[in-house]
Amino acid sequence: MHLYDLPIIAVLIGLALYTILGGADFGAGIWQLVSLLTPASSAEGRGRSRAIREHAHHAIGPVWEANHVWLIFVLTVTWTAYPAAFGALASTLAVPLLFAGVGIIFRGTAYALRSGTAQRRELRIIDGLFSAASFLTPFALGTMVGAIASGRVPKGNAAGNLISSWLNPTSLLAGALAVVLSAYLAAVYLAADADRHDETELAGAFRRRALVTAVIAGAIALAGLPVLHADAHRLYVGLLEGPGLVGVGISLLAGVTTLGLVLARRYGQARISAALAVVGMIVGWALAQQPRLLPDLTVAQAAAPTTTLIAVLIAIGMGIVILFPSLGLLFGLFLRGGFDDQPLAVILAVPTDGGRTRSATVSVRVAIAGLLGGLGFLTFANPPWAHTIGVISLGVCALATLAAVNPTELADLEGASITESPSPPGA
Amino acid sequence: MNPPTTAGHAVYLKAASQLQALSFTAHVPFICFGIALPAIVAYVEWRYLRTGDELYRTIARRWTRIMAALFAIGAVTGTILSFEMGMLWPSFMSTFGSVFGLGFAIEGFSFFLEAIFVGIYVYGWKRFSPRVHFLTALPMIFAGFTGSLMVISVNAWMQHPSGFRLHHGHVYDVHPWAALFGNSFLWNELIHMYVGAFMVAGFLLAMPYAIGRLRGRWSRYERIAFTVPFSIAAIASPLEVLIGDWVARDVATEQPIKLAAIEGLAKTTRGAPEHLLGWYTNGQIKFGIAIPHLLSLLAFHSFNAKVTGLDAVPVAYRPPINITRISFQTMVGIGTGLAVLAMWFLWVRYRHRRLPRQRLFFLAAAAAGPGAITALIAGWMVTEVGRQPWVVYHVMTTAQAVTRAGSVPVSYGVLSAAYVMIAIAAVWILRRLARAPLGGAEDPLERNNQDRQLLGV
Repeated sequence: MHLYDLPIIAVLIGLALYTILGGADFGAGIWQLVSLLTPASSAEGRGRSRAIREHAHHAIGPVWEANHVWLIFVLTVTWTAYPAAFGALASTLAVPLLFAGVGIIFRGTAYALRSGTAQRRELRIIDGLFSAASFLTPFALGTMVGAIASGRVPKGNAAGNLISSWLNPTSLLAGALAVVLSAYLAAVYLAADADRHDETELAGAFRRRALVTAVIAGAIALAGLPVLHADAHRLYVGLLEGPGLVGVGISLLAGVTTLGLVLARRYGQARISAALAVVGMIVGWALAQQPRLLPDLTVAQAAAPTTTLIAVLIAIGMGIVILFPSLGLLFGLFLRGGFDDQPLAVILAVPTDGGRTRSATVSVRVAIAGLLGGLGFLTFANPPWAHTIGVISLGVCALATLAAVNPTELADLEGASITESPSPPGA
Repeated sequence: MNPPTTAGHAVYLKAASQLQALSFTAHVPFICFGIALPAIVAYVEWRYLRTGDELYRTIARRWTRIMAALFAIGAVTGTILSFEMGMLWPSFMSTFGSVFGLGFAIEGFSFFLEAIFVGIYVYGWKRFSPRVHFLTALPMIFAGFTGSLMVISVNAWMQHPSGFRLHHGHVYDVHPWAALFGNSFLWNELIHMYVGAFMVAGFLLAMPYAIGRLRGRWSRYERIAFTVPFSIAAIASPLEVLIGDWVARDVATEQPIKLAAIEGLAKTTRGAPEHLLGWYTNGQIKFGIAIPHLLSLLAFHSFNAKVTGLDAVPVAYRPPINITRISFQTMVGIGTGLAVLAMWFLWVRYRHRRLPRQRLFFLAAAAAGPGAITALIAGWMVTEVGRQPWVVYHVMTTAQAVTRAGSVPVSYGVLSAAYVMIAIAAVWILRRLARAPLGGAEDPLERNNQDRQLLGV
């Protein structure tokens, strides 16, 4: 293990988390679309379709942005720690990257649009138009994984084929697998969430979906073996005869376990083992491919200088210290049902000082002093230390002016002045 | 320093540059809301904590919904920008990712933190006590600041690169912390942007209520909802003039050719005049109003200081003059207008303890939001177009950085359509949110519960 290996491990962990969490988000979108496309003859059927769509939306709503940021993490760490690989990947795979981006745009817009309406007809349109793109991102990112794994991205500026690099048997296989996996992860996850709400019928609906997609995922994986054998032989050997076998084994075992757990309606544990199955796949791929990032570029060759690697690792370390407690809080609230509407009794009595008004004279003086300080140190002085004082002075000026203006008091003064004044506003 | 490549593989340079500019323009309003809206909402919530006045809480909840929707859109437009770094400028990333990438890695964490706490804040209104809920806003405000710090640190590095050495197209002796944070350009750019974000978000948020006032809607709700964001933006506006002047003086010393482009100064001149308006052609400003010595005075605080002209570098190293110059004049013109509007407001507040009564004031207040965003985009045009032909100033040209992939025009078309869709969606959401009542069947935030009850699930 070398220093230059550590960032790629962080990238792979980020990728696994994005696949599990972000994948479940896109999967939820896929289920929204599927439920719309399934014709419902009765009012009850339409109600069920709506319940599925609403559940898929609300189970992910509070966390989708946080889930989504794992992709940003993967990108930024890759381009900092392995810049040569990133430039080659993003330029040769520009087309699937564009598709993935379009899918992400639609998905984010759907969440934003959904926050603006409560009308069923509009919700149906939003789900139909925007969830359709939920297929796009996992598929496109899957084809990119296929392109890397089958060694079709050489180093250099757009040096690979713009089309065949990602439109080939291995890429199509990986793309299809990514879509089905997303749907599968989402189904397990949504079943668990519905179960937590004691919504048995809904949980059952997602259980069926989980089982069906699990079988499809297994079938694709099996059908993929001859494809890999023919199209990406090096990967095939690495996966089945080399160190990648460990990952494949973990994935297989966890996949079968999940199937059993879903059958037994133990969704909470199924969620964990489903995640483990994905981790196994990524581990297998990484071990099968190492030490190469691209066919003509090893991890060591792509790695940034040591100073940068250390800096990135420090940044990741600090990030983890801040992020994990925050994520823990978010998911803790979320999984315990903290975001479900609670009786308003939790709102405590608000301590107040009756909005006491203070003399504004002091604030005005401080504001003027700050402004003069800013003018002197920022505008007329030149050394950097003077500029620092100048900026701080302007900050003080801004806060003091805000205290002096006291916007909420001003709003009420304005109200009082209108009642005194003979002319009504807008006249 | 290699000469800029004009032929060969740089065929997509123009399309790539335009797509980058378009993507940035689409994203930048959301950056402003991401920076400033949490602070503005938290301010109103803080007033609620202090007074117990339910109306403050109502307004804070309403704006929270706007914040959530805009943050969602900003998250995706920002993601597209990060894709484009590699899709459009792979050689820039390959060569220098190890120098500046750290800034984006930390920005990623900032964004992460903000996303987490936006989730907690938006969905936590009914979960936490008011005090705790208010506290969950603070990480959002903090992350908004650190996020902009990181992104600006990268931009400042591109403008004023250091912290590495280059040998045959490979960097060595890399010091990423020094490159990003030991850069004199960082602080003025950062503060200029940060304060500008409060102007954009504050004026835009106040805009619908100013329009309401013009139409005769002026209840206590509108008065508070107008006064709070407008006051914050108005306080920022005059200060931004001082900060902008600071930035310009730094540009004058560090990027003299950019300043020459901003001013349309063809020849290096002592006691250079400043030209207002007009058009640069054949080495001079046509139809402009010249004010003698003013440029030397503004840039170097001396009547007869020497100001470098465009003739200091070959034509190939000059940025597009008129785009840079007109953008700069747009920014300064609007910025000055906003500062005047702010001084009017502050004066009436101080003397008469109320808002101005004139219809003109509210017309101007309604126009201030679009004005501020125009000025912000124009300012970024100055920074980025004025840096041309360099992507890394005096080190790598945009032509050397651009992708060789032929898919650029397709990306341009597809993403342009996507941005049109996003713009329509954003306007639609904001209009809906402005109308939708809080609570009850029409409230999208309450929908989940009702559907569950309706369906008996």
